[in-house]
Amino acid sequence: MKTALSVKNINFSYGKKTALKNISFTINSGECTLLLGANGAGKSTLFSLITRLYDSRDGTISLCGFDIKKHSRQALMRLGVVFQQTTLDIDLTVLQNLRYHIALHGMSRKQGNLRIQEELERFNMYERRHEQVRQLNGGHKRRVEIARSLLHKPSLLLLDEPTVGLDVPSRKSIVEHVHQLATGNQIAVLWATHLIDEIYPDDSLLVLHQGEIKARGSINHILEKTQRQNISDAFYKLTTGESA
Amino acid sequence: MIILYFWRVMLGITNRELLRFLKQKERFISALVRPLIWLFVFAAGFRATLGLAIIPPYETYILYEVYIAPGLIGMIQLFNGMQSSLSMVYDREMGSMRILMVCPLPRWFLLICKLIAGTAVSILQVYVFLIIAWFYDIQAPEIGYLSIFPALILSGLMLGALGLLMSSLIKQLENFAGVMNFVIFPMFFMSTALYPLWKIKESSLLLYNLAHYNPFSQAVELIRFAWYGQFNQSAFIYTLVAFIIFMSAAIFGYNPSKGMMMKKGR
Repeated sequence: MKTALSVKNINFSYGKKTALKNISFTINSGECTLLLGANGAGKSTLFSLITRLYDSRDGTISLCGFDIKKHSRQALMRLGVVFQQTTLDIDLTVLQNLRYHIALHGMSRKQGNLRIQEELERFNMYERRHEQVRQLNGGHKRRVEIARSLLHKPSLLLLDEPTVGLDVPSRKSIVEHVHQLATGNQIAVLWATHLIDEIYPDDSLLVLHQGEIKARGSINHILEKTQRQNISDAFYKLTTGESA
Repeated sequence: MIILYFWRVMLGITNRELLRFLKQKERFISALVRPLIWLFVFAAGFRATLGLAIIPPYETYILYEVYIAPGLIGMIQLFNGMQSSLSMVYDREMGSMRILMVCPLPRWFLLICKLIAGTAVSILQVYVFLIIAWFYDIQAPEIGYLSIFPALILSGLMLGALGLLMSSLIKQLENFAGVMNFVIFPMFFMSTALYPLWKIKESSLLLYNLAHYNPFSQAVELIRFAWYGQFNQSAFIYTLVAFIIFMSAAIFGYNPSKGMMMKKGR
């Protein structure tokens, strides 16, 4: 299986406050990895480093074998991102927002329109392409953002708590869509969340706490390691060191 | 192929800025109302009290409104540059700036695209202002409406680059009020936008020197001469050099390994 994301020995701090300590992990194509961590665990910082909003002075991050610092163009071409806060322009229509993304990835208008149709249809949003983003509800905005992140056919999809603030049906629908993407399209997914119910049985888990990886592996592996019956208790033990 | 890619990105960013500007009608109106109030109210009031000698590029005595018009064009571009900067700080805080920053092209190029887009918006505003001024009898030779165009590009780029630099230095949106007080107002008032240099020299030598070396003054003079179909070489060089300095500093500020990005986290 191809390695889509490789993070090796990453350290990062905000002034004197350490945000990430010696982080190393890999994610393969078709693998859905859930990054679990409480608020302030370092999830968003890790995402900022992978998206190259910040640079880490030591360690390396590679996307599909391309170092994010040395070959940032080749690396970022293979990356799709959905940030925690909505990043759509609410004054523009769905189509105008997606066309902006198409332009940022250098696609022609014809090719772009085709991809927009494919992705919006996948999320049942094509009929609403001429609506202003302002008129969409939270769940639909998120669908548009995920569709946008897939337009340039990335190998790695980063999702930073995309379901926060959504109602239960919207959350369920997005969780299902993303898992289908990983298995059906062989996209590697790194999904930051603190919602345990978004985990599927085949997912890999990465537990981050106070900037350190506390556990990494399949659900069974983590349950075995922590001697717990469910992920919620295992997470509690890993992050507090106590029994639930 | 790579040139086509860069070209599409630039068109995409410019198109988005123009769409946003046209959709935000309040921004469009306020961008015009500000200089028009200065023209219709301030300049009309001062017309009687301020006597102006014949100075290049003018070949005859002119009304104060005629003198102030290039300064107001500069004002449009100065405020537009700062508005772009404000929206960049807002976008950065709200997260939408990240969509641009994760685009697989060099960051310096993305910033230049953003700058070109902002300049295009400011030139659009200036031409609408020029049309209104025409009907208010503030008119230049017809050729001036063409020759002003390259001057507006350079002045727009310089003032936009200053805005970009500001946005790389400002950590939070709340700090933007300081920019108004310490950058925009001093730049505008200590310049040749409202009074000619010789008039400023009569009242204060210090103010004269500040106005003379103020890049905004040079941009206004470049516009003033260009509007009358003339080329002010020293103003051109000064504005160009100021643009290169501001832009280089802004690119440094947005570099994820250096500049302000690095100060925020390491």
